[in-house]
Amino acid sequence: MWSFILRRILLMVPTLMVVSVISFAIIEAPPGDFMDSYVNALLQEQEAVDPAEIASLRKRYGLDAPTYVRYLRWLGNILQGNLGRSLEWNQPVSKLIADRLPWSLAISVASFFLAYAIAIPIGLYSATRQYSLGDYFFTLIGFIGLATPNFLLALLILWYYFVATGNVAVGLFSDEYLIAPWSFAKFIDLLKHLWLPALVVGTAGTAGLIRVMRANLLDELERPYVMVARSKGLSEGKLLVKYPFRIAMNPVASTIGWTLPTLVNGELLASLVLGLPTIAPLFVGALLSQDMFLAGSVVMILSTLTLVGTLLSDIVLAWLDPRIRGAI
Amino acid sequence: MTQSPLLLSVDNLATHFFSQEGILEAVDGVSFDIHAGEALGIAGESGCGKSVTAQSILRIVPKNGKIVMGEISLFQNGESVDLVQLEDRGQEIRQIRGGEIAMVFQEPMAAFSMVYTIGNQITEVIRLHQDCSQSEARDRAIEMLRRVGMPQPEQTIDAYPFALSGGMRQRAMIAMALSCHPALLIADEPTTAVDVTIQAQVLELMKDLQRDMGMALIVITHDLAVISELCDRVMIMYLGKDVESAPADVIFRDPKHPYTIGLLRSVPELGEGHSQELDPISGSVPSPYRRPAGCPFHPRCPDFIPDVCDVHLPPQIELAGGHSVRCHLYVQD
Repeated sequence: MWSFILRRILLMVPTLMVVSVISFAIIEAPPGDFMDSYVNALLQEQEAVDPAEIASLRKRYGLDAPTYVRYLRWLGNILQGNLGRSLEWNQPVSKLIADRLPWSLAISVASFFLAYAIAIPIGLYSATRQYSLGDYFFTLIGFIGLATPNFLLALLILWYYFVATGNVAVGLFSDEYLIAPWSFAKFIDLLKHLWLPALVVGTAGTAGLIRVMRANLLDELERPYVMVARSKGLSEGKLLVKYPFRIAMNPVASTIGWTLPTLVNGELLASLVLGLPTIAPLFVGALLSQDMFLAGSVVMILSTLTLVGTLLSDIVLAWLDPRIRGAI
Repeated sequence: MTQSPLLLSVDNLATHFFSQEGILEAVDGVSFDIHAGEALGIAGESGCGKSVTAQSILRIVPKNGKIVMGEISLFQNGESVDLVQLEDRGQEIRQIRGGEIAMVFQEPMAAFSMVYTIGNQITEVIRLHQDCSQSEARDRAIEMLRRVGMPQPEQTIDAYPFALSGGMRQRAMIAMALSCHPALLIADEPTTAVDVTIQAQVLELMKDLQRDMGMALIVITHDLAVISELCDRVMIMYLGKDVESAPADVIFRDPKHPYTIGLLRSVPELGEGHSQELDPISGSVPSPYRRPAGCPFHPRCPDFIPDVCDVHLPPQIELAGGHSVRCHLYVQD
């Protein structure tokens, strides 16, 4: 098992290298660079543009070098822990990201656990009581959850929350804790605010997971080994958890890998609507203004998260199913 | 031969499946007795209800199926329990399953869960039915694996089922079923999924174990050779009905029902070469959703009597020597 995990981690290194090339290529893909969008912004504000100044700025930021040189410079800096400087914010990228990443992660992790905590028991219930009233009820709720866009749900919840409590559920902290130092009360306040974005971000995933869990378990319940386990005299509950449930968890566990980055995507609209200080709005801004160091770093971090998620799901899978342990 | 005490008596059992396509009468009026230490073979084509009969006894019929009629009496210590009346998830039937009545399933590949070692799956049933510690259960499991001829049982017990060969898996399956010394072992097509060479070994093993442990055996098969190898009595099923029942030697020597006669004629004999003429039963098994009226076999029967066979279900006719048949060609003495 440990050698499996080690091999898996070593495999991440070349993958990350490839990811860095692709990240850079994506950032480079739109025509022009930050200076072009900077010039455009200046022109729109009717300000004079000095071509010599732009050229010298371009030289200072190294934007005039060939693509591969800029890639190698960027990669070299990243390897030294230097993510570069955001051209738009005029701040180190690492500071911008460090300010926001914890909130993104908090929302992602919270909605991730929320999704699994809701989906797995409901999937279990729906599969073992297929076509019952409860199954139909959860199926309906699930499809509504799948079909409702996150931002719409966010707006609806905001509205109802406002009508019910008179408060506006925006941000991650109440005003009095916003700049207060960390304390237990501040943490509790965070939890009070966190459930809403977690719910909004997690809903679509939850609905999908319910369907996956239900379908898998229905398949597994038909398998001969379930009848065999029954023929041994096991009680239905023990049998369910030990045999079909564990196998049915396989595909669910393998979704962990792509759940992490999708949560960040899902978080975007919710963050915009709920006004949360997370990565996603920052990323969109960086892409619009072609702030390449910031955008590139965010892509790198999201890709790394994807890889970490995949690693986690592989470890869970190997734990669930011994056949996988020898596979890599 | 002195008659040993009655162990299980199935009386007029009917198990139907209810689905959107209609009602499937998988088992429709089957009766048989089995005595302690006796080996009964249940034979018939695929879909004749053999396996569902076995599942009905253990009350593990898949979820759309329901026992609609009949009694299954299990006799233990002078008392009888009607298994049909038990709650199918209840404590009582769960003590019987795996403990009193155990089952060997058709495909050892699918019958074991691939995510637990065979040792885990065998000790589980031992601990469920016997009062012992984990390490005692492990010792017993190793002992049982050795008894079924598993090579290096101390190591194999920690193997995952996917790492074993088909023959070894079937041995492990038999060891699991026998680990609680059941009074009755039901083997559902125990040799269908293994190689011919392994088949002989498995049959030999089951025969030895049955004799040594003095348990009763129900062998479900479509392979008459398996029956002749293992069984004292045979019941032939066709479309959910028990068409003929007799001691094994009698059925091979003197079959009565036209279906049984046809079944025996359609088996090729070894060494006869390709000059031998096989005589298959004409037609094919009708859809179980559209069961023929009267005798279920009449559309394919060479001795079909118009206005009798297609109208009346033949009663069970008792012939001499424990031989019974459901056919209008015979009359009760």
